[in-house]
Amino acid sequence: MTTITRAIRTSGGAPGTERARRIRLGGSRTPAAYLWMLWPAVALFAFFHTLPVIVGVFYSFTDYAGYGPWEFIGVGNYVNLFRDERVLQTYGFSFLFAIVATILTNVISLAIALGLNAKIKARNFWRGTYFVPYVLPTLVIGYVFQFFFSKSLPKLLSGIPVFADNILTSPDWAWTAIVALGVWQACAFAIIIYLSGLQTIPGELYEAASLDGAGAWQQFRSITLPLISAFFTINVVLSVKGFLQVFDQIMALTKGGPGTSTQSVTMLIFNGGISGGEFAYQTANAVIFFIVITVVSLVQLKFLQSREADM
Amino acid sequence: MTTADALSTDTASTSTRSIALRRRPREASRDDDTRRVNWWATALIAVCAITVIVPLYLAVVVALKSPDQVAAGTGFELPWPIRWDNFAEAWERSKFPQALANTAFVTVGAVVFTLFTSTMVSYSLARNMHRKAFKGVYFYLLAALFVPFPIIMLPLVKQTALLGLDNQVGLIILYTAYGLALNVFIYTAFIRSIPIELEEAARVDGASTWRIFRQIIFPLLSPMNATVGILTCVWAWNDFIMPLVVLTDPGARTLPLAQYVFQGQYNTDYSVAFSSYLMAMAPLLIVYVFSQRWVISGVVRGSIK
Repeated sequence: MTTITRAIRTSGGAPGTERARRIRLGGSRTPAAYLWMLWPAVALFAFFHTLPVIVGVFYSFTDYAGYGPWEFIGVGNYVNLFRDERVLQTYGFSFLFAIVATILTNVISLAIALGLNAKIKARNFWRGTYFVPYVLPTLVIGYVFQFFFSKSLPKLLSGIPVFADNILTSPDWAWTAIVALGVWQACAFAIIIYLSGLQTIPGELYEAASLDGAGAWQQFRSITLPLISAFFTINVVLSVKGFLQVFDQIMALTKGGPGTSTQSVTMLIFNGGISGGEFAYQTANAVIFFIVITVVSLVQLKFLQSREADM
Repeated sequence: MTTADALSTDTASTSTRSIALRRRPREASRDDDTRRVNWWATALIAVCAITVIVPLYLAVVVALKSPDQVAAGTGFELPWPIRWDNFAEAWERSKFPQALANTAFVTVGAVVFTLFTSTMVSYSLARNMHRKAFKGVYFYLLAALFVPFPIIMLPLVKQTALLGLDNQVGLIILYTAYGLALNVFIYTAFIRSIPIELEEAARVDGASTWRIFRQIIFPLLSPMNATVGILTCVWAWNDFIMPLVVLTDPGARTLPLAQYVFQGQYNTDYSVAFSSYLMAMAPLLIVYVFSQRWVISGVVRGSIK
């Protein structure tokens, strides 16, 4: 909100120095129209996005249950979070899921993008096919996967115990089914990004390399990988951020079960905060989650972009 | 049988269409490509594409079976006799028309308001980036990209309930507001590449800022409007978590939320449930099949910065 008031003030009374600077920059006085284009939408954004964040941080220092009276309890929620077995388990699950799903998504997507970038028949048709999962609602296609894992696979692979007993009811393996759904859908977007990255590489580079006797693998390592590293960064950062917040996929397949073995952080915040009477406690959890996601994203950006520069 | 036929004719028509489209200028340079057709890669790509098709195939065949047929097999067998009644039943029981109308209303509203507000905000920011306050707003919006939904979720439930926005209108406002950060990021880069001389000429001729925006800038933004429109449309249509936490009235349910409720009530009646899922997935899927090149290029444009 302060930014908006500041914006209005700057444009209202124009002190001499301000005007001099504007003239120097070649701009005239800010027409009021620019402000009217800006502030209503930004105010709306602040009200529905930033205000809830602030309210959330505020409640995280209370013992509010979601109803009734409340009082301040300082950092009590935060201290308890780190001792709560249930919370730690959801972070463990979310990170395991995010790491495995990100690796699989990027390896598979890059491989398919390479295939699509080769000279193949009906390329646009295949490209269109691989993008289909992007337009499907995760929850709904998730129900189809749920049927596949619980009804089809036990009959198709009755020889393999894990599949025969319905993988979704196995505390040790249910998470792999969620990974399968997550990767299946996330690949659609990642393939398209990698493909558009591959298309920026001039074909002459490969010709020159093969004249110099470089094999397919060496061309991939020395030409393809360095030249698509920016696209790799986009895909990895977006994948990790999306997968850490996994929710729809779990709601469709296991609802967090069996037991709480596939409960993600988002799911715990939702369940505990909305129906579990832990409003304040789960907002504290969400604040920690926010910090974790921001740190993870920034660290990745820094690390991956420094590698981009190296190559 | 009919479904398999439908699928194969569909495949044939799409592939001829895409071959025809390949003759377009953008692909011309690629067709100069003198490499021989790589049949191994083609075969591999075709085999891997089966994994994309399998769940959709499963959704279609199960939706056309009777409960006995579903219980008897693995689900992959072709349905015979075909039970079209499943769709009629799902239409009734999942209150499909209502959910479809709600989703369409929310999606159209979100897209229209998003295009309207995001372009204005971006134009205003892009043309005033040398001013501290505007730059501040820009970075404020950018920083918001890092904020994950879970931290907003719980207070938001209270806020929307308090304001009486726990309905479709509330969802439209939320999609518009939450999309703003990413959209501004996409638009401003593009607007700054539009030569300012264009606007200065118009201004000399006496055009107001509003008029310049309406008649010069907005039309020039069409490719980006397509991108933002597609992203917003797919998001609003398929989103589950926001309707789940915000909506309270059963009459306001969107398609994904209706499937969630339906699945909870009839989770053993797979054939009817699958008819319902299929109907929920169909509208966007059909639109996509007829505009895939346009959709894909739109999404790519939005992601490559």
